[in-house]
Amino acid sequence: MEAGRTKIISVLVENKPGVLFGVSNLFRRRNFNIESITVGPSEQKDMARMTITVNEDERTIVQVVKQVAKLIDVLKVEELEPGNFVMRELALIKVNAPTAKDRSDIINCVEVFRGRIIDVSTDSLTVEITGTPDKLDAFLNLMKATGVIELARTGITALARGAKSVRIDE
Amino acid sequence: MTRMSGAQALLESLERQNVNTIFGILGGAILPVYDALLGSTKIRHILARHEQCAAHEAEGYARASGRVGVCMATSGPGATNLVTGIANAYMDSSPIVALTGQVPSKAVNSSYMIGKDAFQEADIIGITTPITKYNFQPRTVAEIPTIVNTAFYIASTGRPGPVLIDLPKDVQSDMGEVEVTDKIEARGYKSMIEIDLTKISEAASLLVSAERPLILSGGGVIISNASDEIMEMSDLLMAPVATTLMGKGSFPEVHPLSVGSIGMHGNPAANRLLGEADVLLAVGTRFSDRATANLDTFASEAKKIHIDIDEAEIGKNVEVEVPIVGDAKTVLKLLLAALADKLHKGEGTAWTKRVKEAKEKLSPLLKDRPRDIVPKALLMELRKLLPESAIVTTEVGQNQMWSALYFQALRPRSFISSGGLGTMGFGFPAAIGAKVACPDRPVVDIAGDGSFIMSEQELACSVTEKIPVTVIVLNNSVLGMVAQWQRMLYKRRYMAVHLGKTPDFVKLAEAYGAQGLRATSIEEFHKAVKTALDSKVTTVIDVPIGSEHDVVPFVPPGCGLPQQRGDY
Repeated sequence: MEAGRTKIISVLVENKPGVLFGVSNLFRRRNFNIESITVGPSEQKDMARMTITVNEDERTIVQVVKQVAKLIDVLKVEELEPGNFVMRELALIKVNAPTAKDRSDIINCVEVFRGRIIDVSTDSLTVEITGTPDKLDAFLNLMKATGVIELARTGITALARGAKSVRIDE
Repeated sequence: MTRMSGAQALLESLERQNVNTIFGILGGAILPVYDALLGSTKIRHILARHEQCAAHEAEGYARASGRVGVCMATSGPGATNLVTGIANAYMDSSPIVALTGQVPSKAVNSSYMIGKDAFQEADIIGITTPITKYNFQPRTVAEIPTIVNTAFYIASTGRPGPVLIDLPKDVQSDMGEVEVTDKIEARGYKSMIEIDLTKISEAASLLVSAERPLILSGGGVIISNASDEIMEMSDLLMAPVATTLMGKGSFPEVHPLSVGSIGMHGNPAANRLLGEADVLLAVGTRFSDRATANLDTFASEAKKIHIDIDEAEIGKNVEVEVPIVGDAKTVLKLLLAALADKLHKGEGTAWTKRVKEAKEKLSPLLKDRPRDIVPKALLMELRKLLPESAIVTTEVGQNQMWSALYFQALRPRSFISSGGLGTMGFGFPAAIGAKVACPDRPVVDIAGDGSFIMSEQELACSVTEKIPVTVIVLNNSVLGMVAQWQRMLYKRRYMAVHLGKTPDFVKLAEAYGAQGLRATSIEEFHKAVKTALDSKVTTVIDVPIGSEHDVVPFVPPGCGLPQQRGDY
């Protein structure tokens, strides 16, 4: 069993109501764990792309892909080949920053992590940061010193590298 | 383009799919369809007495005929009552289309509509998503014909299954410009699979080298009409054929190479030989836990070839050496062709000798034949009394397992049972559906008293609609299978299994205008079945049996097939 390794499944689906329910409900009912799921428009206007991150062993992943492929609203599904995809996650983080020193410490960190300050109030800063989940985790760890008030992460979105694509050519 | 209502568009589209029967119960939110149905000359409506039974009737119709069965109900409780029937069809891969009424999709005169918790509103789309192949909710009249075509296409192709169409009341009654077409829209649905020919040759080599091949024939063989190919394969390989419960009837059980069905309550000969085989050819089966028991000892000596049309079944429960994804009949034909020049029809081998010996030693059918009024004697007698063409359905529990063990099925689509979901109350409505599909063939439901009382109200349907079937109630006054488990696994600590005052089934039948008979000996049983088969009205035969008969031998939960135990 190859546990602990995050796998990413890219799914092209019909862009219509009920499809997200159908896919997420399948995961629930088959006892597959979803770590994150992102959904949005794809390159074709009547199709949406879901990026699903799962942490399961190889045999289960094969089952996941086959079961998802069976759904009639799913047009294409593939596990992204390990090491051959790019992935990003975005986080919005509201952190405590009551003093001038806090602010300057946070701003320094944000620069190092190539994030942006997108809102400022008297006691807090809101940071936007994009990257791999590891990078986001590392940044969040640094923010513990002053305290995170609110956190919103998008979950992973990803695409296969270069010539390899999960798409339908009509 | 023709101007018509949604209800008319629905019925025209159903007629175009050659639908001749709908099993259903009406209600407020489906009234426009029922109103239009009054004008239909092609579609017979059969009024069920409970929506669950309407769905089982549609499934019985589908499984006896191979055609799509149709059931219909109103919104809310009508729709939710269908759910068990839909789940049953999903588990057993039966093609049915369920039509449900729904509250209006848009407010008319500020009345309530979808999402407002209107009277008799239920989210049947959400509820049935995990138990249907697909479901639809048309929002315009114009899209109805394509949705109906697509629903029938999805239900009946690939691995068949239930499809639901939820019809908001306003969409039923609205007028629109409709083109009644043959158009199908399901671009994400692939029913045809390209068969991997390298796997065919791998399978062929494995079979050629096999010394002890065994064929496991599942429900997929029946769905795919591949019984002839299984027979040819068995002839060519000199291989015994075991079936799953769902595959019962796919191979004639009187054939010398038939070893009966495998499983927790399977034929001990089948279970034993499965453990001895060196190559297993499994066709159209999903390796259900009741068929395989503990997987560690399942066909542990055998290299396995698995043919299934549903790719997701490959490797789901059992890892196999050679998976072949495709329609059973097509794959078997290719495999037979690949074997044709490598093998010629064999004579008896050491393996066929072993099969014969195992059957003589282990098969309960070849052991003693009691003359008392016990399930084995009754079911063996029933086989003698029924013509080969008869269709038998079962309820769920001991009656079902006794039927699997002692009643020999001779033809595909002649043994109809709730395999996957194990729904008590399935057999009687399924028998009604089967009789509608095959009015010239005798249809018999083998029931227990516990199961029969779950759908006995359909006596009103069968009598009123003149659909005569026979119900044999193996009446032991207990919920027998769970009582058996409490007896064997819970130290006889009986809880909630005694049925107490069960109805007098003879009087019950008579109360509905059916015929009621009682048999207290094999001779009386013989006579009662004869009377029932000649009857123009549904007959219930009450057969009181002892309350402590077990289905034996059996494989205790968690054990493997070789650990089947119990004197029999």
